[in-house]
Amino acid sequence: MPKNWKSFSIFGGIIALLALLPFFTKRSDVLTWSCLTLQYILLSQSWNIIGGYAGQVNLGHAVFFGLGALTTRYLWLAGLPFPVSLLSGAFIAAVFALLIGIPAFRLRGIYFVIGTLVLAEILKVVIDTRFPVASVLPAEMLLTYSLVPRYYLSLMGAVLAMIAVYFISHSKLGLGMMAIREDEDAAKTSGVGILQYKLIAFAISTFLAGLAGGIFAFYMVAIQPGYVFSPIWTFDSVVIVFVGGIGTLIGPIIGSVFFVLLKQWLSLHLPGGLHLAVFGVLFILVVLYMPDGFIEAIRRYGKMMTLGRKPAVQGG
Amino acid sequence: MVQFLAQTFVNGINVGALYGLAAVGLSLIFGVMRILNVAHGEFLMVGGYIGFWLFKLYGVDPFMGLPLVGIFLFLIGIVFYKVVFSRVAKFHEEVKLKNSLLIAFGLYLIFPQIAMVLWTADERAISPKYSGQAFDLLGVRFGYVPLWNVCVAIVIVLAMYLFLNKTYFGKSLRGTAESWKAAKLSGINIEWTFMITFGLGISLAGIAGVLIALTQELTPVMGMSWTLKALIVVVLAGMGSIVGAFVAGLILGIVEAVSAIFMGPYTIAIGLLIFLIILVLRPRGLFGRA
Repeated sequence: MPKNWKSFSIFGGIIALLALLPFFTKRSDVLTWSCLTLQYILLSQSWNIIGGYAGQVNLGHAVFFGLGALTTRYLWLAGLPFPVSLLSGAFIAAVFALLIGIPAFRLRGIYFVIGTLVLAEILKVVIDTRFPVASVLPAEMLLTYSLVPRYYLSLMGAVLAMIAVYFISHSKLGLGMMAIREDEDAAKTSGVGILQYKLIAFAISTFLAGLAGGIFAFYMVAIQPGYVFSPIWTFDSVVIVFVGGIGTLIGPIIGSVFFVLLKQWLSLHLPGGLHLAVFGVLFILVVLYMPDGFIEAIRRYGKMMTLGRKPAVQGG
Repeated sequence: MVQFLAQTFVNGINVGALYGLAAVGLSLIFGVMRILNVAHGEFLMVGGYIGFWLFKLYGVDPFMGLPLVGIFLFLIGIVFYKVVFSRVAKFHEEVKLKNSLLIAFGLYLIFPQIAMVLWTADERAISPKYSGQAFDLLGVRFGYVPLWNVCVAIVIVLAMYLFLNKTYFGKSLRGTAESWKAAKLSGINIEWTFMITFGLGISLAGIAGVLIALTQELTPVMGMSWTLKALIVVVLAGMGSIVGAFVAGLILGIVEAVSAIFMGPYTIAIGLLIFLIILVLRPRGLFGRA
């Protein structure tokens, strides 16, 4: 695909630059923000697959993030090698998704949204009650704690999510998912296996969400089990995807960078959790006036620039 | 044993009436406008705090203050309809549902933070002098405040029912609920109808908030749990049915009170689980028609 060479090489170049970042700077704040941004890219892309491409607004995404995080954390601290724990976490999230997906996808549209919202609440109550104590890394792990491996792991996760979304958007699977998003009945009559496509999308999406949870569990020194199941994870991903551009490859990246930067800036200048209120307002404005997100605004701006230049050239 | 069961039953009704009242507003807005307002609990929270302010700062009796809270929340509802929801109200059904849901979701992010600033994160409650008083009847304890709550809830729901079924404006609301396009063709002012409906729904949420503040604590983050309760009730009843919503609220209250005996802290989860199962088996609700 020669026409994609340019974007591939830009993408590869950015990844190479990011991979070199820990050699340029030892500043922990820069590394922390980069870690968070990359983790948000992974998490928001995972929501983008089910919410953006398959069009199933899943407001229970935190469940899968939380399952991945808790599984990874407990297996890892129980002594299993970290990669095994990480993959088990992601795997369990996906298996759980398949189990609940079969009944949940009997629900269409708004009922699916309510169902996922309620599911997240159930899991949160159960986890809060079952695991009230925070999990803190043991002392010997704290001594060797370093941001650099966390950074590379986050980078790998983000790249994996990008590759997954790229392949989905360029495959028959992706076309089927988008057909379901646009019109479920029409997709069905054109021979798309609705339940099967939804389940595959859900499994991929939740696998990546579980992975994001596992990486987060590796990154954090202390984790309150109820916290990783908090609806805030769903909201962050939904806000990022919408602000950046839903159902696009690049949108969640723009959204994540913007989200982390603005969040840092706001938490310096606003008291307490007020940054959430700002994100809420921003989110509403995007839904109302910019339903295709920042990416569409950037595209339009670019078009305006090129269109604006043409007459000038002709005139000269 | 019989007394214990009767007491559980009464407690369940006390809470269930509040669930019902919270759900009626949500159901009204959904039924007429096809907007799922997941920020319903947030407006309920605001109503509770306004009642709290009236009581604390001006010494207004919470039950006497109910009309004030109702009117105030009605106005808030109209403002929110005009500023945000009116922009999606005319969209195609599916787009409207999705976008309004997302907008309400954004409101849900905003409200608790503002409430945290205005009223701090402390737990508040409206506690007039008579709040602890109760009487015994056949060994079952009836609190005056919960009893009043149930009465107020019943009166409001009946008033809503009569309003929707016996008045001309109520008929125009029901007409709009069936098809807003047909209603518009018959000369009903849709914009006006939507605005009043939204205001009424929010006003009901606010009144429910005051009643809740009389028996439970108010916190800035209480909104979502009440939204979920209202949603459960509305889905159990079938979207858009007013009296059904109230009855389903009572049922949920009783089921929760009974299961609390066995389940302890998992009660909420059980309520939600029952709801999920019903949702999957009967997506149109127990009392809904296909």
